[in-house]
Amino acid sequence: MPAMADETLFQLLHTQVVAAAYGAGRGSGDEGLRAGLTVLEGMGFRVGQGLAERLPQGALAFREELDTIKFLCRDLWGAVFGKQTDNLRTNHQGTYILQDNNFPFLTQMAWGQQYLEEAPKFLAFTCGLLRGTLSSLGIESSVTASVTSLPACKFQVVIQKA
Amino acid sequence: MAVCIAVIAKENYPLYIRSIPAEQELKFHYTVHTSLDVVDEKVSAMGKALVDQRELYLGLLYPTEDYKVYGYVTNSKVKFVMVVDSSNTALRDNEIRSMFRKLHNSYTDVMCNPFYNPGDRIHSRAFDNMVTSMMVQVC
Repeated sequence: MPAMADETLFQLLHTQVVAAAYGAGRGSGDEGLRAGLTVLEGMGFRVGQGLAERLPQGALAFREELDTIKFLCRDLWGAVFGKQTDNLRTNHQGTYILQDNNFPFLTQMAWGQQYLEEAPKFLAFTCGLLRGTLSSLGIESSVTASVTSLPACKFQVVIQKA
Repeated sequence: MAVCIAVIAKENYPLYIRSIPAEQELKFHYTVHTSLDVVDEKVSAMGKALVDQRELYLGLLYPTEDYKVYGYVTNSKVKFVMVVDSSNTALRDNEIRSMFRKLHNSYTDVMCNPFYNPGDRIHSRAFDNMVTSMMVQVC
């Protein structure tokens, strides 16, 4: 039976993780910013690997890449954020854009453009999460995130061709 | 029940392998290694056949006079191979499936352990205990 406080706890924990990645003087300047993003993305990657084992309910049903990405949009988002992504676009050449108009980590901040600069810090973990899950399922990719107006954001997944 | 249990990584090297009695270990290592070919064959065969649902449980890989070998593959292409004594005919398919399910659950727990790096050998005591419980039998 899922505890009712799960989502809030996860959000609070994530906020602290972001703060810790930039605390202790590490966060100053561009170098610090990039180092923090790398740490957060790495954390997300490891969590994604574990999630990939736990989530798919029993079936190797992913015959194509698109199925795997749809699984990310529905099941992974549902398990981690309690909702599904709002939009999925693809160019059928290995690039996918997952759009979430109400991203849980960004809803608590002022909506609009005010915190555009800080937003990437709160998206790095999720980028790693997606990359880790895909990697465990056998797909190497690179994931980036972009925000134009909080709390809507887009995650771009580019599959690496072997 | 089981005489040997092995967990093989995606790149086909062993993450965990244990067998009883310990003297026969080399023979079981070899058996598991040869069974990997059968696993690969089954996995690729299933991919070509247009089945909507692919099973994780692969079933009996091959029987010999002394024992039978069963396989199971996870979504991250990690394989579990189990060697069972043929003389133990009381083992039904369902029991093998449930043993694999327990293995998978324990493996998932190992995977979620932040101190475990994916690709390392498995040293977890909880995993060891679970495997022991599946192997300790009438000796």
